[in-house]
Amino acid sequence: MLIFERSRPGRRTPSQAPAGRADVAALPERFRRRRPAPLPEVSELDVVRHYTRLSQKNFSIDTHFYPLGSCTMKYNPRVCNSLAMLPGFLRRHPHAPESVSQGFLSCMFELQEMLKDVTGMQAVSLTPMAGAQGEFAGVAMIHAYHKARGDEGRTEILVPDAAHGTNPATATMCGYAVREIPTDASGDVDMEALKAAVGPATAGIMLTNPSTLGVFERRIHEIAQVVHDAGGLLYYDGANLNAILGKVRPGDMGFDVIHMNLHKTFSTPHGGGGPGAGAVGVSERLKPFLPIPVVGQEGERYRWLTERDLPQSIGRLSAFAGNAGVLLRAYVYMRLLGREGMPKVADYSTLNANYVMARLRSLGYDLAFPERRATHEFIVTLRRQAKEQGVTAMDVAKRLLDYGFHAPTTYFPLLVPECLLIEPTETESKETLDAYVEAMAKILEEAAAEPGKVKGAPYTQPNRRFDEVRAARELDVAWQPEAC
Amino acid sequence: MSNVPAELRYAASHEWVRKEADGTLTIGISDHAQELLGDLVFVETPEVGAHLDAGGACAVVESVKAASDVYAPVAGEVVAVNEQLADSPELVNGDAYGDGWIFRVKPTDAVAVEALMDAAAYAAHLEAEG
Repeated sequence: MLIFERSRPGRRTPSQAPAGRADVAALPERFRRRRPAPLPEVSELDVVRHYTRLSQKNFSIDTHFYPLGSCTMKYNPRVCNSLAMLPGFLRRHPHAPESVSQGFLSCMFELQEMLKDVTGMQAVSLTPMAGAQGEFAGVAMIHAYHKARGDEGRTEILVPDAAHGTNPATATMCGYAVREIPTDASGDVDMEALKAAVGPATAGIMLTNPSTLGVFERRIHEIAQVVHDAGGLLYYDGANLNAILGKVRPGDMGFDVIHMNLHKTFSTPHGGGGPGAGAVGVSERLKPFLPIPVVGQEGERYRWLTERDLPQSIGRLSAFAGNAGVLLRAYVYMRLLGREGMPKVADYSTLNANYVMARLRSLGYDLAFPERRATHEFIVTLRRQAKEQGVTAMDVAKRLLDYGFHAPTTYFPLLVPECLLIEPTETESKETLDAYVEAMAKILEEAAAEPGKVKGAPYTQPNRRFDEVRAARELDVAWQPEAC
Repeated sequence: MSNVPAELRYAASHEWVRKEADGTLTIGISDHAQELLGDLVFVETPEVGAHLDAGGACAVVESVKAASDVYAPVAGEVVAVNEQLADSPELVNGDAYGDGWIFRVKPTDAVAVEALMDAAAYAAHLEAEG
């Protein structure tokens, strides 16, 4: 039920804080609203109950195991949020002068330093507002680098088909043609195809390592060599950074630029549409092009580095300096983990993925890459069940909801038919993982004995199956209540 | 087993080609391809007059599960596109070889189509793909 359906004319809740009266007459006529805003007319209690009920219908990390592959839905410690909400941070005006912002600036400077350390890059800018903007900033720097050298003939970005789905969009946004590189049978980049594709038109390659296939690209040094020899640069998509944190560093693999989804790997609840933080790190040769502002240190003082300090910068990406709250949570989280804690994130996320993978395999689920060790996630394919029993990846995903688990990612990556991409993350206990495996075992039995039961799921949720086709074909993004 | 009409030619990337009396070629995606994709929600057709290279991506089919490129089986110039797909992408699911056609080309090389798979070869190709 929509809150508009609870609306009754004239029902309202007065503000509990004294409200200042705006002088409407002072606003120019053309900016004034001609009719009242179409807001629901409800009491405060109506609002509380409506949104509490909605939240109870939700699957969330706070309530359910959430192995949504490629999304790293791990627990975000409450303390990260509590400390980011300290009044000194919360009430600091973004235009506050540096002289009264030294505490905040020191946190941002140290965050830059810790990210440099854990990724092996030479400099970091925290300003991109989310992953997509981080990607854009990364490829824009590659573009600026070639341009500054007068190397104008580079018009192509190479993107392996196992890369993150956003990469081709980013390359296109930056004015490049995208050239797709196929994957070999074991999930690595097809080296022969790569060698055939590189040349004087190659501006760079965008890679996710581990890839979206849940495997680590074993020939990364060779790839770096081939692309660098052709004069191209390497871009690292930080989507799967959780798997390698503190273990291997993109800078050591040969990458020139990396974006990191700080909200994802470093403790901000995500998946609800933001805000995020897409910090970028660069190698020595891309340093001059970093987006501004960056925090610099002079003696004991910190200050913003701007156009004056970085005249070749690709520029500003937002009005201020990124999403401060997300950056502060990342800072607290990294300080909590420390140097010792970082590799444990990678250890346990990888161990949990391999544990669940081994157990599902022994139940009889088919793995997409059975001969490979999983990174932080792995792929099950239901191709056989779809063919023999008519039970698809979507059916299994829906049935999992009845057993109290958020579904894994379905039908992504596109390279594997009828796939489930499963990422348990490092913050789940063995008991939780075992309960999940138990549910997957039951579903496999049901698929064999009574496939109709799995195909009809879910049975226990407020809604059954949605008409996804109709939702996509008749999407209404400008819905308004009827009274308007 | 999905439907593979005997009179058509096929590409390994699951497009079908029909030779028309006027020498043009009508192109769509096979029944197998629409089945794998599931219910289509959007079809992006090429532009009439566009020149297509053989093997180049020239159209997009999007379903609730995935978006996929359609590749030109032969080189040529686009002479017509199926305008109905803009409002009714489901035609591809319902009638992949008829009302669900996607575009028509005037081939650069009239015999290029002969190099494509015939129905028996395409059926074997599907079998091999499992």
